Amino acid sequence: MRYITEFRNGASAKGLIARIAQTSKHPARFMEFCGGHTVAIFRYGIRQVLPKTIEMVSGPGCPVCVTATPDIDKAIALAQIPGVIITTFGDMLKVPGSRSSLQKARAGGADVRMVYSPLDALKIATENPEKSVVFLGIGFETTAPGVAASVLQAEEQNIRNYYVLSQHKLCPPVIRAILKAGEVKLDGLICPGHVSAITGSQAWEFIAKEFGIPCVVSGFEPLDILQCVAMLTAQVESDESKVEIAYRRGVTREGNAHALALMNKVFEPCPANWRGIGVIPGSGLKLRKQYKHHDAEVQFDIKVEPSIEPKGCLCGEVLRGVKTPLDCGLFRKFCTPESPVGPCMVSSEGSCSAYYLYGSELI
Amino acid sequence: MCLAIPALIKSIEGKEAEVEIGGITRRISLWLTPEAKVGDYVLLHTGYAISIIDQQEAEETLRLFAEIAEETR
Ligand code: SF4
Repeated sequence: MRYITEFRNGASAKGLIARIAQTSKHPARFMEFCGGHTVAIFRYGIRQVLPKTIEMVSGPGCPVCVTATPDIDKAIALAQIPGVIITTFGDMLKVPGSRSSLQKARAGGADVRMVYSPLDALKIATENPEKSVVFLGIGFETTAPGVAASVLQAEEQNIRNYYVLSQHKLCPPVIRAILKAGEVKLDGLICPGHVSAITGSQAWEFIAKEFGIPCVVSGFEPLDILQCVAMLTAQVESDESKVEIAYRRGVTREGNAHALALMNKVFEPCPANWRGIGVIPGSGLKLRKQYKHHDAEVQFDIKVEPSIEPKGCLCGEVLRGVKTPLDCGLFRKFCTPESPVGPCMVSSEGSCSAYYLYGSELI
Repeated sequence: MCLAIPALIKSIEGKEAEVEIGGITRRISLWLTPEAKVGDYVLLHTGYAISIIDQQEAEETLRLFAEIAEETR
């Protein structure tokens, strides 16, 4: 496929690996923020081809994984309200809440449907005018503009029974929180490619300036990631910290201004609760007042009991980059993709799932 | 979850487009990239084109990769 196959070329990969090995002299720890990168790095065995000087750690960039238990409980509670159809991306179905999951709720009779796009949810709303159709708004800046567009479409087409439960989150505030906490020391950040397609690489400039950490935006093919690591290594070795783009075909410094404008038209920043990290001001998105008739949070009386965290699960530490799944006593033995204890094992992009599926060399 | 794949725009009708992804045809929304044209490759995410692939930049990156491959041959 065009723009995929060419970026998997073996000879170029060898060249980039050689270049990284030549350049890298000092120990350096790089974090890949995005769960999509974690999966690609594992799938292509990138950790294994890098020189010993370079250590890679995974970050909190998996929207399913960072959704806090009380928020999952809220979605499950909403599914129990008569007349409600919950529409959600597939990864959310199995995530365990305190007492149940959306999948279990569905088995118990709730109407929970998997969709690929908020557009599918809109369609379900049109086809079921007597029901209330709620779309579970999970995702970062990549996803939120599309969900915003779906709300505006509902307005345009006067679809009154379409609601969004917004649990959208923003990336820059969580990176700031992690760097400020100082638990994990980083020498470089692999910045998320498709978040940056929307925000532009400018979103990460504060990291280079305030924290002195090199930042490079990467695509998701092996050559993209290797080029990104090569650029980070070059910055480390020349003692620089700036924001560069190793994914120029998809990302600019400015990003997609139109998409950002739509997102900001429908949503406004609010505090959000991140699993393992806590509440970060301004790191979430909620619907603005003028769209409250599409806001599930406002329109439904959702009752949730106090939440219970999965016992022994280290997802929080894993998401902060301070522990790996191998440090978790439940990993593999009690926690598997078939019967996951925490969300990092459920999501196809979670670190625990990546370690489980591809990480046997590292164990 | 932030997965996005390259899709080729075949035709446009209002704010929707017909795209081809590895031989498969799909309808997508152009709400986020109203400037997209037929013949553009876009990054497709959850039914929406989130950005237009800069084909010139792609060629340049590939040229650089080819040079790097040459160096180590
Ligand atoms: S292996 Fe399972 S229990 Fe352990 S941290 Fe990962 S998701 Fe949680």
